[in-house]
Amino acid sequence: MKDKVVLEMKNIYKSFPGVLALQGVDFTLCEGEIHALMGENGAGKSTLIKVLTGVYGKDEGQIYLKGKEKAVVIRSPQEAQKLGISTVYQEITLCPNLSVAENMYIGRTNNLFQNWKKTNTDADKILKMLDIVAEPTQQLASCSIAVQQMVAIARAVDMDCKVLILDEPTSSLDEQEVEKLFKLMRNLKERGVGIIFVTHFLDQVYEVCDKITVLRDGKLVGEYEIKDLPRVQLVSKMLGKDLDNLSDVQGEHSVYDKDNVTVPVFETEAIFSNAGIKPFNFHIRRGEVNGFTGLLGSGRSECVRAIFGADRVLGGTVKKSGKIVKISKPIDAMRNGIGYLPEDRKGDGIIGELSVRDNIILALQVLKGFFKPFTKAEANKFAEEYIKLLGIKTASVDTPIKSLSGGNQQKVILARWLLTHPEYLILDEPTRGIDIGTKVDIQKLVLKLASEGMSITFISSETDEMLRTCSRLIVMRDRKVVGELSGEELTQNMIMSTIAGGEKE
Amino acid sequence: MSLFNKSSASDNRLHNKSKNITDTNLLLTITIVAFFVMYICAILFQGKGFLKPQTFFNILNANAALIILSCGMSLVMITGGIDISVGGVTALVSMCCAVYLDFHKGNVFVAILISLAIGLMFGLVQGFLISYLEIQPFIVTLAGMFFARGMTTIVNTNPFNVENIEFVKLKETRIIMPGLGSINKVGNYVDAYIEIGVVVAVLVVILLFCILRWTKIGRGFYAVGGNNQSALMLGINVKRTKFMSYMTCSLLAGIGGFVYFMHVGSGSASHASGAEMNAIASSIIGGTMLTGGVGNIIGTFFGVLSLSTIQNIVSSAGLDQAWWTGITIAAMLCLFLVIQSIVMARKKRNLKMKG
Amino acid sequence: MQTKDLKKSKISDYFAKLFGQQIFIPIAALLLLAIFNLIADPSFYQITFGYNSVGDPVLSGYIMTIIDYGSELAILAIGMTLVTAASGGQDISVGAAIAISGSVLLRILCGTNSRPETLQAPIIVAFLISCVVAMLFGAFNGTLVAYFKIQPMVATLILFTAGRSIAAWINNNELPIISEPSFSYFGGFIPGIPIPSPFFIAMACVIVISLVLRFTNLGLYTQTVGINENSSRLNGLNPAVIKFLAFVILGLCVAVAGLIKVSRLSSINYSVIAKDIEMDAILAVALGGNPLNGGKFNMTASILGAYVIQFLTTTLYKFNVQSDALSAYKAVVVIFLVVMSAPVVRDGISTLWKKIKIRLYVKEVG
Repeated sequence: MKDKVVLEMKNIYKSFPGVLALQGVDFTLCEGEIHALMGENGAGKSTLIKVLTGVYGKDEGQIYLKGKEKAVVIRSPQEAQKLGISTVYQEITLCPNLSVAENMYIGRTNNLFQNWKKTNTDADKILKMLDIVAEPTQQLASCSIAVQQMVAIARAVDMDCKVLILDEPTSSLDEQEVEKLFKLMRNLKERGVGIIFVTHFLDQVYEVCDKITVLRDGKLVGEYEIKDLPRVQLVSKMLGKDLDNLSDVQGEHSVYDKDNVTVPVFETEAIFSNAGIKPFNFHIRRGEVNGFTGLLGSGRSECVRAIFGADRVLGGTVKKSGKIVKISKPIDAMRNGIGYLPEDRKGDGIIGELSVRDNIILALQVLKGFFKPFTKAEANKFAEEYIKLLGIKTASVDTPIKSLSGGNQQKVILARWLLTHPEYLILDEPTRGIDIGTKVDIQKLVLKLASEGMSITFISSETDEMLRTCSRLIVMRDRKVVGELSGEELTQNMIMSTIAGGEKE
Repeated sequence: MSLFNKSSASDNRLHNKSKNITDTNLLLTITIVAFFVMYICAILFQGKGFLKPQTFFNILNANAALIILSCGMSLVMITGGIDISVGGVTALVSMCCAVYLDFHKGNVFVAILISLAIGLMFGLVQGFLISYLEIQPFIVTLAGMFFARGMTTIVNTNPFNVENIEFVKLKETRIIMPGLGSINKVGNYVDAYIEIGVVVAVLVVILLFCILRWTKIGRGFYAVGGNNQSALMLGINVKRTKFMSYMTCSLLAGIGGFVYFMHVGSGSASHASGAEMNAIASSIIGGTMLTGGVGNIIGTFFGVLSLSTIQNIVSSAGLDQAWWTGITIAAMLCLFLVIQSIVMARKKRNLKMKG
Repeated sequence: MQTKDLKKSKISDYFAKLFGQQIFIPIAALLLLAIFNLIADPSFYQITFGYNSVGDPVLSGYIMTIIDYGSELAILAIGMTLVTAASGGQDISVGAAIAISGSVLLRILCGTNSRPETLQAPIIVAFLISCVVAMLFGAFNGTLVAYFKIQPMVATLILFTAGRSIAAWINNNELPIISEPSFSYFGGFIPGIPIPSPFFIAMACVIVISLVLRFTNLGLYTQTVGINENSSRLNGLNPAVIKFLAFVILGLCVAVAGLIKVSRLSSINYSVIAKDIEMDAILAVALGGNPLNGGKFNMTASILGAYVIQFLTTTLYKFNVQSDALSAYKAVVVIFLVVMSAPVVRDGISTLWKKIKIRLYVKEVG
């Protein structure tokens, strides 16, 4: 093993029923290096990490760590921790019922007894050092998701690890918080910690990483130095083809005509829900693609959920083509031709143990009614149609959806709503956790549907995406609508300044 | 932009301070308040009878075993599981000890060891099946209950009173509580007393409280109950922690079994029938949630007392037909469950609005 | 050589698929018990044709006992499966609810006189009223679970504790006895038909639930709600209604089972009737391979599981196990079955099996 190398994974194989997740993958990490691990849908990134951290056992291959002569066997997260491998996952892996301080220290010491004073003081030190807004004694469940994640990172950081794995840590953080995270990462880099950064955000990779390893379809594509790899090349390596699709999508959306007086297909007036957003007005026309943008927690998802009736609506009206309709729960919205792809795929989207087929036909089935079930043949036909249309990778229509990769699960949920042929489709982070190729496909699909007359609301954390597909952007801040941009106003700078409210950075 | 962030930061700190009231503490407060309210009602309605300290001590005497059982049950519930075999284990322990003492001319010390051994064995088997083979706790402990009750009959079919002299002496031992006595009907001063079982129960409560609050394994129970997956990721040996919780619960069932035996002085297949449900009810009334991660031994202690107080009120109010007890306990359980669910729902809603 | 291998792999694939099916679990249990009895004492399977005290032809024997008493369980298993699937928990109050339902039945049929000469109302009317009462109690449980979001096992603990007391209260703690012979047909035999009536009643229920599952979305909705409640809401379902409905359906099943139970004795014993039946019903669902924390379910497997549980009970009775001690033996057998069906164990066995296959293959080749 070379001197600088702190981790070396050689020839890793791992398979699940029906899926070859990893085929002979190598991965090397050096001291003081921030190394990005990237790949599209089903590439095997998450599996590789789980093998490294002992959640899965590998089928074949060896793992070498600095300071250990022989290959190590990692059978559990605890063993991984002891070997100096720490992980911070995308889903909060802390205990909501314990305090912040306790979450930072539990499972780490071999002390038989719990010293509350010391735990709380130590935790407080670290929280202040990392500028995390939380009291050591408060219950973790009472903190926001962003803070919970930072506590998770603080814990990993405090454990003096040699290898720190960050699995999509920035998905739920806003820009301020991402910068703090990067500051922390650079700090650790100087201390000689090796960091594996698993992410989809290209910008972030280029901002903070030294090396990139690209996986595709379970195999290793290559390991590159950041300075040697321009973005375009990275993307093409991830897709395995030359990429000019992105430029196709740019500017293809129709220009929003402010003076058009046709009755909007949907509009809301002073609507607000128990999720805490201020009453807002909203309208969308036939064939229009609009979007909600703003900082994390500004209320974008909450707005569309209010329109869909997903949260309890406390006031305001919704009109369809000029007539007032009552939408107090999702079925009302569905009956009025609205579809909603939720932000939280796992918690609000998929029905894990049910088959791909059942997941696809679900919404349409509910619309059809309790006493009118589809025949198996009908259901299969629908499922196969959309598997083909969206390119869903699954062993069969009967496969339980939980065994599909995240990106493919997302496609199934999208299929579910497309099948209902809605007049108005709300897509909340439809491309989160999806590779670039599929992202582009979805953007193209959105524009195609809009051109055929569907109204679409597109929410994404990536303003790039929204700029490419939306003809109008509704800007939010602090759970309030603060502006609307269209036509020439659709630029990154305008968005930023509208969010900020007059004060440029 | 930076100005905007600073103000929100200080706002957040203020919010966070008020969030220090954890779920556990909130429910505990409700339980203790409820108990005092009930006791005061009892005093008001039943008058002089309830004012005597001996009445309170009698509640302790009659429920020492239930307290111990409930502590074990709370522990398992905090970890997110359940153990409905504790009543059966109690009956089995009573019968085995009775048979040993009378039919085999045994001594009390060995009888205690037998109780512990039975408890330990149940704990081992159940704990292994639930933690390591990942079988549903309800089914495993249900089978455990069946097994224990069945074995009780197999060990000895007919109920009988124990006549072993050593044991009877132990059973009759009274620990005098100085100064809290009262004048009885004839006019003599009678000392207030508690039985040995009560001392054991109080020790168990204190010990368990300390374990849950100040030891690594105790905090581990809460973590596992809060989020299984997270606890695993945090490096806690979830399987071992769960295993320990079931071991402890069954061991306590063994101890509780012997305390029960000391109180009733006999062996019978129908002993402690419904005890597991009483233990669960006491735990829930005491603020332990079946979902796990939330619970407090002090609350459970008050839960047992509350349950017993209500039963006392009901029976001394003249409603002593068999069915009234059942209905009252059910009504109390219902009430507490509804209160808990409303309080927790409101807390969640408040959080959603502020956060 | 190649076709042989192909055939071998096809056969092993077929078996793998078979073993993987949920219904395999109760079938395996059934086979085990059947073979055990065959070896121990084949006369277990003997069915005798005879006449009962009233002169009606009856078939008797252990197998008939299984069919007879297993039918009660099967009826309960239908409702319990839906409750388990939708709410992720179990209803432990069914025994107490049967007591209430039976008590209502007797009360209406007997009026205030506990030893009436004639029935005070037609049986069908009394039955319908007991259905309504049972469904109301089901609704009570359903409300606690669906609207107050209390866990099913805990919520039904209330009725479990209070139910028999309520049943006794309905009849003022008296034990009414019905002397009208036609009442005993439901739990006994219809004159002229040698097969016990509960079997026909159970079959009728099975047919009804099959039709319901086939011609409505009850199955899909229940499973969706059980697997992911949030998601089910966002797809237009109302989880509370589905859960509530499951408990009400169980209430209906309770009423039917109550009719059968009370009809057997033409009387009732509040603390004994349907004692521990809830455990058997839950075991039937578990033995059917249904996950006890909700989600997917297979109704056929549950019904089969009910008969298998009864098979187990009857087998133990045959070996002169006392009814009190019965539970100990049942417990051991149940643990064995549940352990065998645990995913951890099955995974372990399949990896072991793979290793053995590899070793055998190596031996063959090398």
